[in-house]
Amino acid sequence: MQVTQRHARWVRATHWIGAASVLALAFSGFVILMAHPRLYWGDAGNDLTPALLELPISRNHRHGGWTTPTRFAEIDGRARRAGPTEVGDAPVSASRTYEIFNKNGWGRSLHFLAAWGLVATGAIYLLGGVLSGHVRAHLIPRPGELTATHLARELADHLRLRIRPATGGPQYGLLQKCAYASVVFVALPLTVLTGLTMSPAITAAFPFLLTLFGGVQSARTIHFALWASLVLFVAGHVLMVALSGFRRQVRAMTVGD
Amino acid sequence: MPPRPRLTRREALLGGLTAAGGALLSGCSSYDLPPTYGNVLRMGDALTYAAHRTLLPGQSLVREYGRADISSFPAIGTTDPGNAALPTFNPAFGERYAQLRAGGFADWRLEIAGKVARPGTYSLADLKRMPARTQITRHLCEEGWSAIAEWTGVPLGHVLQAAGILPSARYVTFQTFDHWTDNIDMLDALHPQTILAYGMNGGDLPVPHGGPVRLRVETQVGYKSLKFLRRLLVHDEFDDLGKDGSMKNGWSWYAGI
Repeated sequence: MQVTQRHARWVRATHWIGAASVLALAFSGFVILMAHPRLYWGDAGNDLTPALLELPISRNHRHGGWTTPTRFAEIDGRARRAGPTEVGDAPVSASRTYEIFNKNGWGRSLHFLAAWGLVATGAIYLLGGVLSGHVRAHLIPRPGELTATHLARELADHLRLRIRPATGGPQYGLLQKCAYASVVFVALPLTVLTGLTMSPAITAAFPFLLTLFGGVQSARTIHFALWASLVLFVAGHVLMVALSGFRRQVRAMTVGD
Repeated sequence: MPPRPRLTRREALLGGLTAAGGALLSGCSSYDLPPTYGNVLRMGDALTYAAHRTLLPGQSLVREYGRADISSFPAIGTTDPGNAALPTFNPAFGERYAQLRAGGFADWRLEIAGKVARPGTYSLADLKRMPARTQITRHLCEEGWSAIAEWTGVPLGHVLQAAGILPSARYVTFQTFDHWTDNIDMLDALHPQTILAYGMNGGDLPVPHGGPVRLRVETQVGYKSLKFLRRLLVHDEFDDLGKDGSMKNGWSWYAGI
């Protein structure tokens, strides 16, 4: 019978190494964001251009430590997209006079180290998942399983906190499959790709990444949106583990019984 | 009993990994790994550097933009090495810089020393007589912001050739008037878009942006593009530059990401 199936050893190992990598990435990513908590769209975005979103998360948020903006001499008077802090319609320069919060030295190095952990573990998981049939058998909804009525019923059950007890194995419900599959096949790969788009050496070799995401600042903004969705996923995931039997679930994903 | 297969899955996997590792290591003949001091974060940085140098095609050009894409550009860090009122003031070269600036940089010289056949000094006029390159590129700061500007200068590779760089040379160290120092490997030093810039957005390079001459390393993030250049030192062996170098201050030496 299906119910007796347990989490495979390689699934348990990649789950925890992946989880540790994601937590280190989420934390160091937040530290990096604190150095410049403004988000933009396109290829250029800085304190002298308008922001898409300003996050009130560090003392760098809307700091006023700037000299009076001045125009660049030779490109004065050209018709330009004007921003609220730009002088007239020309690009300007200003010197920063304020010491910002910046822990990016270790923040960046930890972020990229953890990124290696995620990419290596993710590659092993995807390879193992496809070769072993785990992806097809447990992550992708079966033919006929993904229907509007089924989805609505599962959603209603979850909202009323009618949670099925843990099976201790990969017999996932429909919402569970959808959540895991979107993290594994959409959110994490997109996070890696938008992250790579912020590397000047990588976009020199693969400029299509800049085209794909509409510029380095767009990639950074999408990278942040994915961070937020992954943090929400982890919160929901841990909540569901708790509601369906915390000890049973943790035992199933560690020692495997 | 069935005959033992020529290659079991485990053997095939191990063999493949060994071959991949060997291919990765064989790339080491063209570069040395920076030291890690047993620090796990520096090991991650070294892995990123090795992966970029092994897996990325060498010296791909970064994307260049049009004049209409030029954006506002903050000046950060040292914005005037000669101003004794600023906390960044360093008397070792700051007073000399103030004198040079008062004279319109007519007496400014760039010294080139180390593993070159013809060590010597170059005036601003000497550099401007060399073949110029103008490029509109994106500056990406490790803090997270970016800005697009037009830079005019002489390719570093041309200056190194003019000074008669010796075949054993592997690194170029830059020393500045604001008492900063950093170095890059020869792949980035000889990159066609790595220039000693004396012009910005069609005018002279403004002092807050590193005038009279700054480095542009377009394949790495902003902190490698040192401002206020004073001296170039060509050498054979990796030098972490001690307490003045980026590594001892907690920053990755390689910043292509």
